[in-house]
Amino acid sequence: MTERELRRLIAAVKAGELSRRVFVRRMVGLGLTAPFATTLLSRAGVAQAPAKFEYKPGKAGGGGPLKTLFWQAPTLLNPHFAIGTKDQEGSRIFYEPLAGWDGEGNLVPMLAAEIPETENGGISPDGKSVTWKLKKDVQWHDGRPFTADDVVFNWEYAADPATAATTIGSYKDIKVEKIDTHTIRIQFNKPTPFWADAFIGQRGMIVPKHLFEAYKGGASRDAPANLKPVGTGPYKFVDFKPGDLVTGERNPNYHLPNRPYFDTIEMKGGGDAVSAARAVIQTGEYDYAWNMQVEDEILLRLEDGGKARGKAEIVAGGNIEHIQINSTDPWTEVDGERSSAKTKHPLFSDPAVRQALALLVDRASVEQHIYGRTGIATGNFVNNPPRFVSKNTHWEFNVDKANQLLEQAGWKRGSDGVRAKDGKKLKLVFQTATNAPRQKTQAIVKQACQKAGIDVELKSVTSSVYFSSDVANPDTYSKFYCDIQMYTTTMGEPDPNQFMRQFLSSEIATKDNKWQGRNITRWRNDEYDKAYQMAEGELDAVRRAALFIKMNDLVVGDPAEIPVVYRPRVSAVSRQLRPHPSGWDNDMWDLRNWYRET
Amino acid sequence: MSRYLLRRLLILVPSLLGISIVLFTALALAPGDPFGELATNPNVPPEVGAALRAKFGLDDPVWRRYLHWLVAMLHGDWGFSFVSRMDVDRLILQRLPATLLVIGSSQVLALLIALPVGVLAATRPYSLFDQVANTFAFIGFSLPTFFTGLLFILVFSIYLDWLPFVFRSDLAATGWRWYWEEFRQAVMPVAVLGLFQAASWTRYVRSAVLDVIRLDYVTTARAKGIAERAVVTRHVVRNALIPVVTLVALSMPAVFGGAIVTEQIFRIPGIGSLLISSILANDTPVIMAVTFVFACLVILFNLFADILYGWLDPRISYR
Repeated sequence: MTERELRRLIAAVKAGELSRRVFVRRMVGLGLTAPFATTLLSRAGVAQAPAKFEYKPGKAGGGGPLKTLFWQAPTLLNPHFAIGTKDQEGSRIFYEPLAGWDGEGNLVPMLAAEIPETENGGISPDGKSVTWKLKKDVQWHDGRPFTADDVVFNWEYAADPATAATTIGSYKDIKVEKIDTHTIRIQFNKPTPFWADAFIGQRGMIVPKHLFEAYKGGASRDAPANLKPVGTGPYKFVDFKPGDLVTGERNPNYHLPNRPYFDTIEMKGGGDAVSAARAVIQTGEYDYAWNMQVEDEILLRLEDGGKARGKAEIVAGGNIEHIQINSTDPWTEVDGERSSAKTKHPLFSDPAVRQALALLVDRASVEQHIYGRTGIATGNFVNNPPRFVSKNTHWEFNVDKANQLLEQAGWKRGSDGVRAKDGKKLKLVFQTATNAPRQKTQAIVKQACQKAGIDVELKSVTSSVYFSSDVANPDTYSKFYCDIQMYTTTMGEPDPNQFMRQFLSSEIATKDNKWQGRNITRWRNDEYDKAYQMAEGELDAVRRAALFIKMNDLVVGDPAEIPVVYRPRVSAVSRQLRPHPSGWDNDMWDLRNWYRET
Repeated sequence: MSRYLLRRLLILVPSLLGISIVLFTALALAPGDPFGELATNPNVPPEVGAALRAKFGLDDPVWRRYLHWLVAMLHGDWGFSFVSRMDVDRLILQRLPATLLVIGSSQVLALLIALPVGVLAATRPYSLFDQVANTFAFIGFSLPTFFTGLLFILVFSIYLDWLPFVFRSDLAATGWRWYWEEFRQAVMPVAVLGLFQAASWTRYVRSAVLDVIRLDYVTTARAKGIAERAVVTRHVVRNALIPVVTLVALSMPAVFGGAIVTEQIFRIPGIGSLLISSILANDTPVIMAVTFVFACLVILFNLFADILYGWLDPRISYR
């Protein structure tokens, strides 16, 4: 997809020839996010058009208790300290951002009066500032008014490195100023095509200035409000037991009429995902259960019972299970580290081997036999313009073709059936985290590789070790001391700018940066680096998008990694409950509109 | 007696120090990082993780961290949870009621079953009752609690739909209804833990009573014409229960320690589930505090059991 084609598509949407939804889907098919696609449209003057969510209750309250199960319970309730989504979900009951992302990637105003657009003057033509108009007559739970000062304070609070906020990434490079009591302006230090990050969605929740002002910087951990949130959200804080329970009650002064529907809300933690699914789908003890990392087979069996009281709800998001190919040699130690950037992988330096490997991943079987509805086969990131128009991007499972490729490249089968060339045998070590679906996927890949004369040794590492940043442990994913590895990468960020850093040669994980570099595959490509640099300085949103698409193509065309399946978000929902899910924001993003059908 | 007590109390100090050193080093050497999840999140710059590590003193050498912890502990400061950002003692106190309620009543239940069944089985050895009781005791302690727990949930919650299987610490009901709800949610975990404990205690009580019931003084009591009932309760059980009391005293620390697996299955917010989630999150101060409190309790109840033993059985002297 070139820049010109992209412009044509946007023009088509503007003219009404192409629906927004189709456009967004296509962008997602190219490895961009839905929020990114809609901001692209809004830049071009196509207004955001969130799908209407039908809210039926005619008055606030009267809905009884809303009982939700989170098998990983929130451990703290300050959104700026959230480690992982569980804490964000807990905070989202009480706090709100200026706007949230709906399932189609549209911005929905929450504390903002309207979404900034080019048309309404919210976005400056030079792309260096965004002006937000805030909603008036919004009150904090303690009765104080919500004003522009609160928003400005949140920026100061999160951007201060001494506060050690986990949201700092969204706030450190901007400046926020108060225009009047209910207007703020965000200044970027350079033209920023993707402006929708600060004060939006998961990292945008706003905490009250009057309770946190004294606890900015080094004293941040002492704030009493860290554990007793006072927000603007639909429910007021009642009780919090870390790792166990969050409870809230209806906020009678909520700023939207007739909302919220439920009288109380409870977020119960602990246990495991399967029994949480049971409590919602089978026994109906609970109304909602978060993050059902359960094999689809089990979910189907639970739903199948004639008296099932709930169902699994599946929403597309940006998570991809992928196999990374090591570009460096994991078996030789150079300057005290293996997989050193100074080495080259003895087998993968031959592109034929990498391409053959990509042909040997049987995604259809993985989808069909392992993930079911919870993992959709994808060859995403492959750029193939003619096919791009079709809904399915291109991928192939073909053992014969892989065999041919290897044969042509001079890899000959030995007496043991394993191919070799110049005395180097095609033997690979394949590692992943310990998790049943992953081990099954490993087995499927191993089987196909065997048929093509590649010997694969499987290895699995406990998640707590594998995903840790422990410098002393050789089995972490960032050390990558093996040939190929598999895990899920989350593209929760609306803008691909951060995400795409993981293939920059300057980001290679090494001993010097304590393996904190984002580039785990140690892949280096000058063309990619150049495209990234251009994208960073690119003011034109469309040209920038085209550059990102090009980067995606480089990564998967090479291939530096092999996408396997999309992992949509799965939750268990009672049959009567009407939540409003979105794959681009928290599960609780639109809690104010949840209701129960009677 | 007082000299013995003093000596035992003095031994406490080096043993607790030793335990704390072992625990602390084991935790420091274990893999994992409380802020590991941040490192995998591309939107959090690595500096944030580094700043947090510095803030919580994670980059200091192990011995300095240990001394820091020890001094704080002596001042009554139990530490500060990395994950929840609140004081560890508050965190533990929050979890204590559920643990005491569930584990405590399961121990009471176990005693209520083990005592009469064990005594009855021993007074009629190899009778039908004895054999049935023995069989059940064997089955009872051969089945692990995670298995019986899941079985109970399947039968009583899913097929019969009688009982809830999610334990809630904040029941909305009041008055009698509250007691009823509390009973309904606690009955399954209490039964699972209680029956398991009862099974092993029954066999213990039975063999203790069997040891005593054949002694000469019991025969004498019978020869004097004392009713069988009185012989058993006043002469046999009183002596037979001395080792059982010790056993029960030794298992008291478990009441505070919680039951890790059962708490996880029934989602009981107890100390055991706090420990397991802290281990999974690498929340060292919490793991340290919980395991250390547990070590203290074990040592204290050991001492307590020794003293109790001597008090119940004057033949034993303290030296």
